[in-house]
Amino acid sequence: MAEYKNILTVSGLKAYYKLDHFGITREVRAVDDITLSIRENEIYGIAGESSSGKTTLIKVLAAAIRPPLRIVEGSMTYRFGDKVIDPYKAGKDEVDAIRWKNLSYVMQGSMSVLNPVRRIRKSFEDFAFRPMGLPTREFWGRVETHLKRLNLSPDTLNSYPHELSGGMRQRMTIALATVCQPQFIIADEPTTALDVVVQKDVLVMLRDVQKQMGSSVVFVTHDMSVHANMADRIGIMYAGRLVEEGPTRTLFTAPKHPYTAHLVASLPRIGDRSPKAALEGRPPNLSDPPPGCRFHPRCPLAIDKCKVSVPPLEIVGESHRSACWRSDDVRPLTRFEGVREETL
Amino acid sequence: MTLLNVDKVGKRFPMGGILSRRHVDAVVDVSFALEAGRPEILTIIGESGSGKTTLARMILGLETPTEGAIVFDGQSVADIRSRAARLDFMRRVQPVFQNPFEAFNPLKQVDRYLEATARTLLGLKDRTAIDAAMDDALQKVGLSLREIKGRFAHELSGGQLQRVAIARALIPNPSLLIADEPVSMVDASLRMSIVNLLRDLRTNLNVTVIYITHDLATAYYFSDRIIIMQKGHVVEQGPARVILDTPEHPYSQLLKASVLAIDNPGRGELELADRSVAELAWSQTGQGRLVERADGRSVRVAGSG
Repeated sequence: MAEYKNILTVSGLKAYYKLDHFGITREVRAVDDITLSIRENEIYGIAGESSSGKTTLIKVLAAAIRPPLRIVEGSMTYRFGDKVIDPYKAGKDEVDAIRWKNLSYVMQGSMSVLNPVRRIRKSFEDFAFRPMGLPTREFWGRVETHLKRLNLSPDTLNSYPHELSGGMRQRMTIALATVCQPQFIIADEPTTALDVVVQKDVLVMLRDVQKQMGSSVVFVTHDMSVHANMADRIGIMYAGRLVEEGPTRTLFTAPKHPYTAHLVASLPRIGDRSPKAALEGRPPNLSDPPPGCRFHPRCPLAIDKCKVSVPPLEIVGESHRSACWRSDDVRPLTRFEGVREETL
Repeated sequence: MTLLNVDKVGKRFPMGGILSRRHVDAVVDVSFALEAGRPEILTIIGESGSGKTTLARMILGLETPTEGAIVFDGQSVADIRSRAARLDFMRRVQPVFQNPFEAFNPLKQVDRYLEATARTLLGLKDRTAIDAAMDDALQKVGLSLREIKGRFAHELSGGQLQRVAIARALIPNPSLLIADEPVSMVDASLRMSIVNLLRDLRTNLNVTVIYITHDLATAYYFSDRIIIMQKGHVVEQGPARVILDTPEHPYSQLLKASVLAIDNPGRGELELADRSVAELAWSQTGQGRLVERADGRSVRVAGSG
């Protein structure tokens, strides 16, 4: 197996929302026992439906948690060059020092994250001036070069957010998140609210930025067709757990978890009118998840064992892990004509 | 017999103050007809700002067209004035909105929406009759009153909530359902359940559906006819499969090229649509006129065509 340099290592991470009102304690296990590592220079996609804990996971990764969300167990280590840091053990100054410079974040609904009453120039100043630590003139020179590289006109810096279209604003927030050339970028549903033509522009831009800078991107969306075109590896989340992880192509062509097989099969495609079945049932309530494998109430392959014991995330192939007792019995539900047998 | 006839409809919104008055043409010269007794799924495709929602609002009678006329079952929609006529129209035409989490008040149990619809549109007063009507509609979407009663919006998943919204629309047994981006806010894994449901409504309950979307893949999956709109103009309309297999207008080609293909996953073959096609599409906005083709579609052709 090839050796990869990891930029982020997460092991046994548990982050729960703990509510304690009038003596009644409620615990929502949004991130439950997650072990994963992100390599240098890759796009790692995280997929899963709403309330599967995707957003909580990346909040934890971004070290941006607030009560009632708490880290219960586990560790998380970033390695930026020679600097090794665990944001939850390091002091506030050390975390502030990596933020935006090494670790940046394209937020969910970035359409509306720019301050509406300040020019975009000001947002760049607020976010990037201090981490970059350059003299004013050099700083603006760097910002303008960066914008030009992303095919954005530096004149847009003088506009207010409402003067720009949704796609343009989205590209500005990506430019803002990447201006310091961070090694690690977290992108939370950056294209969900955009329509098809603009969505593709934004995705192409994000890919280009990643290629130019060689940084790692954690890309979160529930849309598998976006992952198919963006991610090098994908992690599938279900009810707060990572249920399968592997190279994009492997997950699409030879999934080893029934949930993944289903997600891939339910994608509609132009030129294909065969009936597509939807998964019945609803995602489990995270404050009271089902025992055993959390997917078993909706799983077509469930056996008695699934109802009582939790399947571990085990290696089932090269860089491929799956948490299913019956992973050997999972068959892909879709055929990809472009894929030859040998690559399976 | 025509169920709905949209005849050369246009909508112009005034912008700005008295001194700097400008106009925005949201919809320009749109015509199509839906036949009664022949249920179908008509998809209206276009990106944000192409006028598809304005068109839907005009069909629902929520906006008055500035040009042309919309006639539903012999009655001009814009001329509905009295409450009785309005209720009568609402019994026949029902909307489903984009975001189910915003459509329902979070502080109200969702079955109260169903109950209110049953009371006002069906005129039911008796408790058991109301419950029966509610349960009947919920059964059609694969739910039951027992599951839904007393639940709040946050207790249901997006897919379930959207089904409740469709069940509410089905209570008066409408002949036309207008679904404005019903799946864009629903998770990809639940999306197909809504899409399949709309298809079943057409096939089994004879409901005609106007499906508004920017997602070409679901449109291809289940629609019979499509209308592609660009900046308020229809650029191509006709049989769905014919158009999506071989789009003729540059804007339709641009839309098709922007769909993310999944045929070759993980190879990162993501390229921008051909710039020349895109530029041609934008330069030809609203030019020319619709010309009929032999395969049943009409395409907007520049010049005298």
